Amino acid sequence: MAERELKKKSAPARDTEVVEETPQASEKGEKLKAELDDLLDEIDEVLEDNAEEFVRNYVQKGGQ
Amino acid sequence: MAIPKVCGIETEYGIQLSGPGDANPIAASSILINAYVSHLGRQDRPPGRASRVGWDFEDESPGRDARGFAREGAMPPEVETHLVNAVLTNGARFYVDHAHPEYSTPECSTPLEVVRWDKAGERTLAASMAAAGDILPPGQRIVVYKNNSDHKGNSYGCHENYLMDRAVPFSRISQHVMAHFVTRQIYAGAGKVGCEAPSTGGVAVPYQLSQRADFFEEEVGLETTLKRPIVNTRDEPHADPQRYRRLHVIVGDANLAEVATFVKVGATALVLAMIEDDWFGERDLSLATPVRAIRQVSWDLSLAQPLELAAGGTITALGLQWELFGLARKYAEDRGLSCLGSEEVGREVLRRWEAVLAGLESDPSSLAGQLDWVAKYQLLSAYRERHGLNWSDHRLAAMDLQYHDVRPERSLFARLSTERLVSEDEVLEAMTEPPRSTRAYFRGRCLQRWAASVAAANWDSIVFDLGGDPLRRVPMMEPLRGTASHVDTLLNRCESPAELLEQLGS
Repeated sequence: MAERELKKKSAPARDTEVVEETPQASEKGEKLKAELDDLLDEIDEVLEDNAEEFVRNYVQKGGQ
Repeated sequence: MAIPKVCGIETEYGIQLSGPGDANPIAASSILINAYVSHLGRQDRPPGRASRVGWDFEDESPGRDARGFAREGAMPPEVETHLVNAVLTNGARFYVDHAHPEYSTPECSTPLEVVRWDKAGERTLAASMAAAGDILPPGQRIVVYKNNSDHKGNSYGCHENYLMDRAVPFSRISQHVMAHFVTRQIYAGAGKVGCEAPSTGGVAVPYQLSQRADFFEEEVGLETTLKRPIVNTRDEPHADPQRYRRLHVIVGDANLAEVATFVKVGATALVLAMIEDDWFGERDLSLATPVRAIRQVSWDLSLAQPLELAAGGTITALGLQWELFGLARKYAEDRGLSCLGSEEVGREVLRRWEAVLAGLESDPSSLAGQLDWVAKYQLLSAYRERHGLNWSDHRLAAMDLQYHDVRPERSLFARLSTERLVSEDEVLEAMTEPPRSTRAYFRGRCLQRWAASVAAANWDSIVFDLGGDPLRRVPMMEPLRGTASHVDTLLNRCESPAELLEQLGS
Protein backbone atom coordinates (compact mmCIF):
# COMPACT_ATOMS: atom_id res chain seq x y z
CA MET A 1 0.00 0.00 0.00
CA ALA A 2 2.48 2.49 1.18
CA GLU A 3 4.98 1.18 -1.27
CA ARG A 4 2.64 1.55 -4.17
CA GLU A 5 1.78 5.06 -3.13
CA LEU A 6 5.42 6.04 -2.97
CA LYS A 7 6.04 4.62 -6.43
CA LYS A 8 3.06 6.40 -7.84
CA LYS A 9 3.87 9.72 -6.22
CA SER A 10 7.48 9.45 -7.10
CA ALA A 11 7.20 9.15 -10.81
CA PRO A 12 4.19 11.00 -12.14
CA ALA A 13 6.12 12.64 -14.93
CA ARG A 14 7.59 9.46 -16.31
CA ASP A 15 6.24 6.98 -18.80
CA THR A 16 4.92 3.88 -17.22
CA GLU A 17 7.48 1.26 -17.67
CA VAL A 18 7.31 -2.31 -16.50
CA VAL A 19 10.53 -3.17 -14.80
CA GLU A 20 10.96 -6.76 -13.76
CA GLU A 21 12.24 -6.87 -10.26
CA THR A 22 15.04 -9.25 -9.56
CA PRO A 23 14.04 -12.03 -7.16
CA GLN A 24 16.53 -10.72 -4.62
CA ALA A 25 15.09 -7.22 -4.67
CA SER A 26 11.50 -8.36 -4.36
CA GLU A 27 12.42 -10.76 -1.56
CA LYS A 28 14.08 -7.89 0.24
CA GLY A 29 11.04 -5.71 -0.45
CA GLU A 30 8.71 -8.37 0.96
CA LYS A 31 10.83 -8.66 4.07
CA LEU A 32 10.82 -4.91 4.62
CA LYS A 33 7.09 -4.79 4.06
CA ALA A 34 6.49 -7.56 6.60
CA GLU A 35 8.67 -5.74 9.10
CA LEU A 36 6.81 -2.52 8.47
CA ASP A 37 3.50 -4.28 9.14
CA ASP A 38 4.86 -5.72 12.38
CA LEU A 39 6.11 -2.31 13.38
CA LEU A 40 2.73 -0.72 12.66
CA ASP A 41 1.10 -3.37 14.83
CA GLU A 42 3.22 -2.43 17.81
CA ILE A 43 3.85 1.23 17.10
CA ASP A 44 1.03 2.62 19.22
CA GLU A 45 2.77 1.21 22.29
CA VAL A 46 5.97 3.00 21.36
CA LEU A 47 4.56 6.34 20.28
CA GLU A 48 4.51 9.28 22.66
CA ASP A 49 1.27 9.24 24.63
CA ASN A 50 -0.12 12.59 23.65
CA ALA A 51 1.07 13.35 20.14
CA GLU A 52 -0.38 16.84 20.03
CA GLU A 53 1.17 17.91 23.33
CA PHE A 54 4.47 16.23 22.46
CA VAL A 55 4.70 18.09 19.15
CA ARG A 56 3.60 21.40 20.71
CA ASN A 57 6.18 21.16 23.50
CA TYR A 58 9.04 20.29 21.18
CA VAL A 59 10.50 23.78 20.84
CA GLN A 60 14.21 24.32 20.22
CA LYS A 61 16.45 27.33 20.26
CA GLY A 62 17.83 27.95 16.79
CA GLY A 63 21.38 26.75 16.29
CA GLN A 64 23.92 26.92 13.53
CA MET B 1 46.87 15.87 -7.23
CA ALA B 2 44.01 16.33 -4.79
CA ILE B 3 45.06 16.17 -1.16
CA PRO B 4 43.53 13.52 1.13
CA LYS B 5 40.00 14.49 2.10
CA VAL B 6 40.34 14.28 5.88
CA CYS B 7 36.79 14.77 7.08
CA GLY B 8 34.40 14.81 10.01
CA ILE B 9 30.84 15.67 11.06
CA GLU B 10 29.64 17.97 13.86
CA THR B 11 26.05 17.50 15.00
CA GLU B 12 23.93 19.75 17.18
CA TYR B 13 21.32 17.54 18.79
CA GLY B 14 17.81 18.63 19.68
CA ILE B 15 17.30 18.55 23.46
CA GLN B 16 14.11 18.41 25.49
CA LEU B 17 13.90 18.75 29.26
CA SER B 18 10.61 17.63 30.71
CA GLY B 19 9.14 17.59 34.18
CA PRO B 20 9.17 20.21 36.93
CA GLY B 21 11.79 22.95 36.94
CA ASP B 22 13.28 25.40 34.53
CA ALA B 23 13.49 23.97 31.02
CA ASN B 24 16.68 25.82 30.12
CA PRO B 25 18.29 24.02 27.17
CA ILE B 26 21.78 25.36 27.90
CA ALA B 27 21.66 24.06 31.47
CA ALA B 28 20.17 20.77 30.29
CA SER B 29 22.93 20.37 27.70
CA SER B 30 25.56 21.04 30.36
CA ILE B 31 23.99 18.53 32.73
CA LEU B 32 23.94 15.96 29.96
CA ILE B 33 27.59 16.32 29.01
CA ASN B 34 28.84 16.59 32.58
CA ALA B 35 26.84 13.50 33.49
CA TYR B 36 28.52 11.54 30.71
CA VAL B 37 32.04 12.68 31.59
CA SER B 38 31.50 12.02 35.32
CA HIS B 39 30.01 8.64 34.56
CA LEU B 40 33.09 7.64 32.54
CA GLY B 41 35.36 9.02 35.23
CA ARG B 42 33.72 6.73 37.77
CA GLN B 43 34.22 3.67 35.64
CA ASP B 44 37.35 1.86 36.57
CA ARG B 45 38.77 0.99 33.20
CA PRO B 46 41.80 3.11 32.47
CA PRO B 47 42.07 2.65 28.68
CA GLY B 48 38.58 4.00 28.01
CA ARG B 49 38.65 6.69 30.65
CA ALA B 50 37.29 10.05 29.56
CA SER B 51 39.04 13.05 30.90
CA ARG B 52 37.81 16.30 32.26
CA VAL B 53 40.15 17.91 29.82
CA GLY B 54 38.78 21.18 28.53
CA TRP B 55 38.89 22.80 25.13
CA ASP B 56 41.67 25.20 24.20
CA PHE B 57 40.31 28.22 22.30
CA GLU B 58 43.70 29.59 21.28
CA ASP B 59 43.18 29.03 17.56
CA GLU B 60 39.47 29.62 17.13
CA SER B 61 38.55 32.24 14.53
CA PRO B 62 35.06 31.53 13.19
CA GLY B 63 34.71 35.11 11.94
CA ARG B 64 37.40 34.79 9.27
CA ASP B 65 36.02 34.73 5.74
CA ALA B 66 37.42 32.40 3.07
CA ARG B 67 36.85 35.00 0.40
CA GLY B 68 39.58 37.02 2.03
CA PHE B 69 37.75 40.08 3.27
CA ALA B 70 36.76 41.29 6.70
CA ARG B 71 33.12 41.89 7.38
CA GLU B 72 32.08 45.41 8.12
CA GLY B 73 29.33 46.40 10.48
CA ALA B 74 28.64 42.84 11.55
CA MET B 75 29.73 40.87 14.56
CA PRO B 76 31.54 37.62 13.96
CA PRO B 77 29.55 34.54 14.89
CA GLU B 78 29.37 34.09 18.60
CA VAL B 79 31.55 31.54 20.34
CA GLU B 80 30.37 30.57 23.78
CA THR B 81 33.67 29.94 25.45
CA HIS B 82 32.35 29.62 28.97
CA LEU B 83 30.22 26.56 28.39
CA VAL B 84 30.95 22.90 28.93
CA ASN B 85 33.59 21.58 26.60
CA ALA B 86 35.05 18.11 26.79
CA VAL B 87 37.56 16.24 24.71
CA LEU B 88 36.94 12.50 24.60
CA THR B 89 39.47 9.70 24.35
CA ASN B 90 38.20 8.87 20.87
CA GLY B 91 39.47 12.28 19.79
CA ALA B 92 35.98 13.80 19.55
CA ARG B 93 34.78 17.09 21.02
CA PHE B 94 31.59 16.99 23.10
CA TYR B 95 30.28 20.39 24.14
CA VAL B 96 27.43 22.87 24.44
CA ASP B 97 26.86 25.05 21.41
CA HIS B 98 23.96 27.45 20.84
CA ALA B 99 21.77 25.75 23.46
CA HIS B 100 22.36 22.28 22.02
CA PRO B 101 24.65 19.42 22.95
CA GLU B 102 27.09 19.02 20.08
CA TYR B 103 29.31 16.11 19.18
CA SER B 104 32.12 16.56 16.67
CA THR B 105 33.65 13.38 15.37
CA PRO B 106 37.41 13.12 15.46
CA GLU B 107 39.19 13.71 12.15
CA CYS B 108 38.64 10.70 9.91
CA SER B 109 40.56 9.65 6.80
CA THR B 110 37.72 7.82 5.00
CA PRO B 111 33.94 8.27 4.66
CA LEU B 112 33.52 4.86 6.30
CA GLU B 113 35.36 6.07 9.39
CA VAL B 114 33.04 9.06 9.47
CA VAL B 115 30.05 6.70 9.53
CA ARG B 116 31.57 4.79 12.43
CA TRP B 117 32.53 7.77 14.61
CA ASP B 118 29.29 9.61 13.81
CA LYS B 119 27.29 6.58 14.93
CA ALA B 120 29.51 6.46 18.05
CA GLY B 121 28.27 10.00 18.68
CA GLU B 122 24.65 8.79 18.74
CA ARG B 123 25.62 6.13 21.27
CA THR B 124 27.50 8.75 23.31
CA LEU B 125 24.36 10.90 23.47
CA ALA B 126 22.23 7.89 24.46
CA ALA B 127 24.74 7.01 27.20
CA SER B 128 24.70 10.64 28.34
CA MET B 129 20.92 10.57 28.68
CA ALA B 130 21.14 7.44 30.80
CA ALA B 131 23.84 9.01 32.98
CA ALA B 132 21.82 12.22 33.36
CA GLY B 133 18.81 10.15 34.40
CA ASP B 134 20.77 9.02 37.45
CA ILE B 135 21.39 12.54 38.71
CA LEU B 136 18.27 14.50 37.70
CA PRO B 137 15.58 15.13 40.34
CA PRO B 138 12.66 12.68 40.27
CA GLY B 139 10.21 13.46 37.47
CA GLN B 140 12.75 15.31 35.34
CA ARG B 141 14.00 13.85 32.12
CA ILE B 142 16.29 14.89 29.28
CA VAL B 143 15.64 13.47 25.83
CA VAL B 144 17.88 14.02 22.83
CA TYR B 145 17.02 13.95 19.11
CA LYS B 146 19.35 13.68 16.13
CA ASN B 147 17.37 15.96 13.82
CA ASN B 148 17.63 19.52 12.53
CA SER B 149 14.31 21.23 13.10
CA ASP B 150 11.59 21.65 15.70
CA HIS B 151 8.93 22.06 12.97
CA LYS B 152 8.32 25.59 14.23
CA GLY B 153 10.95 27.44 12.25
CA ASN B 154 13.96 26.73 14.45
CA SER B 155 16.84 24.81 12.94
CA TYR B 156 20.14 23.50 14.29
CA GLY B 157 22.94 22.11 12.26
CA CYS B 158 24.80 19.07 11.15
CA HIS B 159 28.03 20.31 9.59
CA GLU B 160 30.60 18.43 7.57
CA ASN B 161 34.24 19.39 7.26
CA TYR B 162 36.66 18.52 4.47
CA LEU B 163 40.37 19.27 4.24
CA MET B 164 41.26 21.15 1.07
CA ASP B 165 44.34 22.55 -0.59
CA ARG B 166 44.76 26.24 0.21
CA ALA B 167 45.98 26.84 -3.36
CA VAL B 168 42.51 26.21 -4.80
CA PRO B 169 40.66 29.53 -5.28
CA PHE B 170 37.56 29.66 -3.11
CA SER B 171 35.51 30.97 -6.02
CA ARG B 172 36.18 27.74 -7.92
CA ILE B 173 35.02 25.70 -4.94
CA SER B 174 31.75 27.58 -4.55
CA GLN B 175 31.10 27.63 -8.30
CA HIS B 176 31.18 23.84 -8.63
CA VAL B 177 30.10 22.57 -5.25
CA MET B 178 26.89 24.64 -5.11
CA ALA B 179 24.95 22.45 -7.56
CA HIS B 180 26.06 19.35 -5.68
CA PHE B 181 24.82 20.80 -2.38
CA VAL B 182 21.46 21.69 -3.92
CA THR B 183 20.91 18.24 -5.41
CA ARG B 184 22.51 15.74 -3.02
CA GLN B 185 19.46 15.94 -0.75
CA ILE B 186 17.78 13.37 -2.99
CA TYR B 187 19.81 10.77 -1.09
CA ALA B 188 21.14 12.75 1.89
CA GLY B 189 17.84 14.26 3.05
CA ALA B 190 16.52 13.03 6.39
CA GLY B 191 12.88 13.73 5.48
CA LYS B 192 10.44 16.11 7.16
CA VAL B 193 6.70 16.40 7.61
CA GLY B 194 5.46 19.83 6.52
CA CYS B 195 7.28 22.98 5.58
CA GLU B 196 8.95 25.85 7.47
CA ALA B 197 9.80 28.20 4.62
CA PRO B 198 8.18 31.66 4.89
CA SER B 199 6.19 30.95 1.75
CA THR B 200 5.70 28.02 -0.60
CA GLY B 201 4.12 30.03 -3.36
CA GLY B 202 0.98 27.96 -3.15
CA VAL B 203 2.72 24.59 -3.39
CA ALA B 204 1.43 22.00 -0.93
CA VAL B 205 4.33 20.45 0.99
CA PRO B 206 2.98 17.65 3.19
CA TYR B 207 6.36 15.91 3.30
CA GLN B 208 9.77 16.89 1.95
CA LEU B 209 13.19 15.34 1.40
CA SER B 210 15.21 17.58 3.68
CA GLN B 211 15.05 18.90 7.24
CA ARG B 212 17.24 21.89 6.41
CA ALA B 213 16.36 23.11 2.90
CA ASP B 214 13.68 25.51 4.17
CA PHE B 215 16.31 27.47 6.10
CA PHE B 216 18.74 28.46 3.34
CA GLU B 217 18.44 32.03 2.11
CA GLU B 218 21.79 32.92 0.53
CA GLU B 219 24.18 31.35 -1.96
CA VAL B 220 27.52 32.14 -0.32
CA GLY B 221 28.27 33.68 3.06
CA LEU B 222 29.77 33.56 6.52
CA GLU B 223 26.60 33.25 8.59
CA THR B 224 25.54 29.98 10.17
CA THR B 225 22.58 30.91 12.39
CA LEU B 226 20.55 33.27 10.22
CA LYS B 227 20.37 33.96 6.49
CA ARG B 228 22.14 30.64 6.13
CA PRO B 229 24.20 30.29 2.94
CA ILE B 230 24.42 27.13 0.82
CA VAL B 231 28.20 27.55 0.67
CA ASN B 232 29.68 28.71 3.97
CA THR B 233 32.86 30.78 3.92
CA ARG B 234 34.13 30.26 7.45
CA ASP B 235 37.90 30.18 7.08
CA GLU B 236 39.22 28.40 10.12
CA PRO B 237 41.46 25.57 8.94
CA HIS B 238 42.44 24.09 12.33
CA ALA B 239 45.65 23.18 10.50
CA ASP B 240 48.56 24.89 8.76
CA PRO B 241 46.78 27.89 7.17
CA GLN B 242 49.44 28.24 4.48
CA ARG B 243 48.74 24.77 3.12
CA TYR B 244 45.14 23.99 3.99
CA ARG B 245 41.62 25.18 4.20
CA ARG B 246 38.75 23.34 5.86
CA LEU B 247 35.57 23.51 3.85
CA HIS B 248 32.83 23.99 6.45
CA VAL B 249 29.60 22.57 5.05
CA ILE B 250 26.45 23.69 6.85
CA VAL B 251 23.86 22.61 4.30
CA GLY B 252 23.35 18.96 5.28
CA ASP B 253 20.83 17.04 7.36
CA ALA B 254 21.79 14.81 10.29
CA ASN B 255 21.45 11.27 8.97
CA LEU B 256 20.71 8.13 10.94
CA ALA B 257 20.90 5.73 7.98
CA GLU B 258 24.54 4.70 7.56
CA VAL B 259 24.35 4.41 3.77
CA ALA B 260 23.02 7.98 3.57
CA THR B 261 25.91 9.32 5.66
CA PHE B 262 28.41 7.28 3.66
CA VAL B 263 27.24 8.43 0.24
CA LYS B 264 26.77 12.03 1.40
CA VAL B 265 30.33 12.30 2.72
CA GLY B 266 31.91 10.10 0.05
CA ALA B 267 30.30 11.82 -2.93
CA THR B 268 31.03 15.27 -1.49
CA ALA B 269 34.69 14.39 -0.84
CA LEU B 270 34.96 13.17 -4.44
CA VAL B 271 33.36 16.30 -5.86
CA LEU B 272 35.81 18.40 -3.82
CA ALA B 273 38.77 16.32 -5.03
CA MET B 274 37.61 16.89 -8.62
CA ILE B 275 37.39 20.63 -7.97
CA GLU B 276 40.90 20.58 -6.53
CA ASP B 277 42.23 18.82 -9.63
CA ASP B 278 40.27 21.15 -11.91
CA TRP B 279 38.48 18.10 -13.32
CA PHE B 280 35.40 20.11 -14.30
CA GLY B 281 37.41 22.11 -16.81
CA GLU B 282 34.94 24.08 -18.92
CA ARG B 283 32.07 21.92 -17.73
CA ASP B 284 29.68 24.17 -15.82
CA LEU B 285 26.72 22.64 -14.02
CA SER B 286 25.91 25.85 -12.13
CA LEU B 287 22.24 26.40 -11.38
CA ALA B 288 20.57 29.69 -12.27
CA THR B 289 18.85 30.14 -8.90
CA PRO B 290 20.39 27.83 -6.27
CA VAL B 291 18.38 29.16 -3.30
CA ARG B 292 15.10 28.63 -5.10
CA ALA B 293 16.30 25.28 -6.42
CA ILE B 294 17.26 23.87 -3.03
CA ARG B 295 13.63 24.18 -1.91
CA GLN B 296 12.22 23.00 -5.22
CA VAL B 297 14.28 19.84 -4.93
CA SER B 298 13.36 19.24 -1.30
CA TRP B 299 9.64 19.73 -1.89
CA ASP B 300 9.43 17.45 -4.92
CA LEU B 301 9.03 13.79 -4.02
CA SER B 302 8.73 12.89 -7.69
CA LEU B 303 12.35 13.97 -8.22
CA ALA B 304 11.19 15.26 -11.59
CA GLN B 305 11.34 19.01 -10.99
CA PRO B 306 13.36 20.71 -13.75
CA LEU B 307 15.99 23.13 -12.45
CA GLU B 308 17.27 26.00 -14.55
CA LEU B 309 20.95 25.87 -15.43
CA ALA B 310 22.92 29.13 -15.50
CA ALA B 311 24.19 28.25 -18.96
CA GLY B 312 20.64 27.71 -20.22
CA GLY B 313 18.40 24.66 -20.33
CA THR B 314 17.16 22.61 -17.41
CA ILE B 315 18.14 19.48 -15.51
CA THR B 316 16.59 17.48 -12.67
CA ALA B 317 18.38 16.95 -9.36
CA LEU B 318 18.75 13.30 -10.26
CA GLY B 319 20.12 14.21 -13.70
CA LEU B 320 22.62 16.56 -12.12
CA GLN B 321 23.78 13.89 -9.69
CA TRP B 322 24.21 11.45 -12.61
CA GLU B 323 26.39 14.07 -14.33
CA LEU B 324 28.55 14.43 -11.21
CA PHE B 325 28.72 10.66 -10.82
CA GLY B 326 29.81 10.26 -14.45
CA LEU B 327 32.57 12.82 -13.95
CA ALA B 328 33.64 11.07 -10.74
CA ARG B 329 33.81 7.66 -12.38
CA LYS B 330 36.09 8.98 -15.12
CA TYR B 331 38.12 10.85 -12.51
CA ALA B 332 38.59 7.62 -10.55
CA GLU B 333 39.78 5.76 -13.65
CA ASP B 334 42.27 8.49 -14.41
CA ARG B 335 43.49 9.57 -10.98
CA GLY B 336 42.55 6.75 -8.62
CA LEU B 337 40.72 7.19 -5.34
CA SER B 338 43.49 7.58 -2.79
CA CYS B 339 42.06 11.00 -1.92
CA LEU B 340 39.28 9.12 -0.08
CA GLY B 341 41.85 7.58 2.25
CA SER B 342 41.60 4.13 0.68
CA GLU B 343 41.09 2.86 -2.87
CA GLU B 344 38.79 0.17 -1.54
CA VAL B 345 36.55 2.59 0.35
CA GLY B 346 36.65 4.90 -2.69
CA ARG B 347 35.35 2.15 -4.96
CA GLU B 348 32.59 1.41 -2.45
CA VAL B 349 31.63 5.11 -2.50
CA LEU B 350 31.25 4.95 -6.29
CA ARG B 351 29.31 1.69 -6.14
CA ARG B 352 26.92 3.00 -3.46
CA TRP B 353 26.50 6.37 -5.12
CA GLU B 354 25.53 4.70 -8.40
CA ALA B 355 23.20 2.27 -6.61
CA VAL B 356 21.25 5.00 -4.82
CA LEU B 357 20.89 7.05 -8.01
CA ALA B 358 19.70 3.96 -9.91
CA GLY B 359 17.28 3.13 -7.09
CA LEU B 360 15.91 6.67 -6.99
CA GLU B 361 15.39 6.53 -10.74
CA SER B 362 13.60 3.18 -10.89
CA ASP B 363 11.78 2.94 -7.57
CA PRO B 364 12.67 5.14 -4.57
CA SER B 365 10.78 2.86 -2.20
CA SER B 366 13.43 0.19 -2.86
CA LEU B 367 15.83 2.38 -0.85
CA ALA B 368 13.86 2.27 2.42
CA GLY B 369 16.72 0.27 3.93
CA GLN B 370 19.33 2.82 2.84
CA LEU B 371 17.99 6.39 2.92
CA ASP B 372 16.38 8.30 5.79
CA TRP B 373 13.84 10.28 3.80
CA VAL B 374 12.56 7.12 2.11
CA ALA B 375 12.49 5.04 5.30
CA LYS B 376 10.60 7.73 7.18
CA TYR B 377 8.23 8.38 4.29
CA GLN B 378 7.37 4.73 3.95
CA LEU B 379 6.73 4.32 7.68
CA LEU B 380 4.62 7.45 7.98
CA SER B 381 2.67 6.70 4.79
CA ALA B 382 1.82 3.21 6.01
CA TYR B 383 0.65 4.55 9.38
CA ARG B 384 -1.31 7.29 7.68
CA GLU B 385 -3.12 4.83 5.44
CA ARG B 386 -3.85 2.38 8.22
CA HIS B 387 -5.50 5.10 10.33
CA GLY B 388 -6.84 7.25 7.51
CA LEU B 389 -4.98 10.39 8.64
CA ASN B 390 -4.26 13.71 6.96
CA TRP B 391 -0.62 14.69 6.61
CA SER B 392 -1.34 17.52 9.06
CA ASP B 393 -2.26 15.06 11.82
CA HIS B 394 -0.17 15.53 14.98
CA ARG B 395 0.55 11.83 15.13
CA LEU B 396 2.59 12.04 11.94
CA ALA B 397 4.54 15.06 13.17
CA ALA B 398 5.17 13.17 16.42
CA MET B 399 6.42 10.14 14.51
CA ASP B 400 8.73 12.38 12.51
CA LEU B 401 10.31 13.65 15.73
CA GLN B 402 10.42 10.23 17.27
CA TYR B 403 12.21 8.77 14.25
CA HIS B 404 15.24 10.77 15.51
CA ASP B 405 15.00 9.95 19.24
CA VAL B 406 18.44 8.57 20.16
CA ARG B 407 17.09 6.19 22.81
CA PRO B 408 17.15 2.72 21.25
CA GLU B 409 13.88 1.78 22.98
CA ARG B 410 12.03 4.85 21.66
CA SER B 411 13.68 5.54 18.31
CA LEU B 412 11.50 4.66 15.34
CA PHE B 413 14.61 4.56 13.15
CA ALA B 414 16.05 1.86 15.40
CA ARG B 415 12.99 -0.29 14.79
CA LEU B 416 13.48 -0.30 11.04
CA SER B 417 16.12 -2.68 9.82
CA THR B 418 18.23 -0.31 7.76
CA GLU B 419 21.49 -1.53 6.33
CA ARG B 420 24.61 -1.29 8.49
CA LEU B 421 28.05 -0.52 7.12
CA VAL B 422 29.84 -0.88 10.45
CA SER B 423 29.19 -3.43 13.18
CA GLU B 424 27.74 -2.40 16.53
CA ASP B 425 30.93 -3.64 18.22
CA GLU B 426 32.98 -1.30 16.04
CA VAL B 427 30.66 1.57 16.94
CA LEU B 428 30.85 0.91 20.68
CA GLU B 429 34.63 0.67 20.50
CA ALA B 430 34.70 4.01 18.63
CA MET B 431 33.08 5.72 21.64
CA THR B 432 36.44 5.56 23.39
CA GLU B 433 39.00 4.63 20.70
CA PRO B 434 40.30 7.19 18.19
CA PRO B 435 40.70 6.58 14.43
CA ARG B 436 44.21 5.26 13.76
CA SER B 437 44.64 7.18 10.52
CA THR B 438 44.74 10.86 11.56
CA ARG B 439 46.16 13.14 14.28
CA ALA B 440 43.07 12.24 16.34
CA TYR B 441 45.04 9.11 17.23
CA PHE B 442 47.71 11.09 19.05
CA ARG B 443 45.10 13.23 20.83
CA GLY B 444 43.04 10.23 21.89
CA ARG B 445 45.97 8.11 23.08
CA CYS B 446 47.44 10.99 25.11
CA LEU B 447 44.07 11.47 26.81
CA GLN B 448 43.70 7.76 27.47
CA ARG B 449 47.10 7.53 29.12
CA TRP B 450 47.82 10.92 30.64
CA ALA B 451 44.57 12.87 30.98
CA ALA B 452 45.66 14.20 34.38
CA SER B 453 48.63 15.91 32.73
CA VAL B 454 46.70 17.41 29.82
CA ALA B 455 45.63 20.97 30.63
CA ALA B 456 43.65 21.47 27.42
CA ALA B 457 43.37 20.23 23.89
CA ASN B 458 41.87 21.32 20.60
CA TRP B 459 41.98 20.20 16.98
CA ASP B 460 45.51 21.36 16.30
CA SER B 461 47.32 21.14 19.63
CA ILE B 462 47.56 19.53 23.04
CA VAL B 463 48.72 21.47 26.09
CA PHE B 464 50.46 19.52 28.83
CA ASP B 465 50.77 20.61 32.45
CA LEU B 466 53.64 18.79 34.08
CA GLY B 467 53.48 20.59 37.38
CA GLY B 468 56.07 23.28 38.16
CA ASP B 469 57.12 24.06 34.60
CA PRO B 470 55.26 26.36 32.25
CA LEU B 471 52.52 24.71 30.23
CA ARG B 472 53.88 22.87 27.19
CA ARG B 473 51.99 23.03 23.91
CA VAL B 474 52.42 20.29 21.32
CA PRO B 475 51.27 21.66 17.95
CA MET B 476 49.52 19.30 15.53
CA MET B 477 49.16 21.43 12.42
CA GLU B 478 49.25 18.46 10.02
CA PRO B 479 45.98 16.46 10.16
CA LEU B 480 47.70 13.36 8.80
CA ARG B 481 50.57 13.35 11.28
CA GLY B 482 50.17 11.70 14.66
CA THR B 483 48.62 8.55 13.20
CA ALA B 484 49.09 5.12 14.75
CA SER B 485 51.87 4.29 12.31
CA HIS B 486 53.67 7.54 13.19
CA VAL B 487 53.41 7.61 16.94
CA ASP B 488 52.56 4.15 18.30
CA THR B 489 56.18 3.14 18.77
CA LEU B 490 56.97 6.47 20.41
CA LEU B 491 53.95 6.34 22.72
CA ASN B 492 54.65 2.77 23.74
CA ARG B 493 58.23 3.66 24.56
CA CYS B 494 57.26 6.54 26.85
CA GLU B 495 56.15 5.87 30.38
CA SER B 496 55.24 9.43 31.28
CA PRO B 497 54.15 12.62 29.54
CA ALA B 498 57.47 14.18 30.57
CA GLU B 499 59.27 11.47 28.67
CA LEU B 500 56.99 12.01 25.67
CA LEU B 501 57.73 15.73 25.59
CA GLU B 502 61.43 15.06 25.91
CA GLN B 503 61.31 12.65 22.99
CA LEU B 504 59.29 15.11 20.93
CA GLY B 505 61.97 17.67 21.70
CA SER B 506 59.47 20.34 22.58
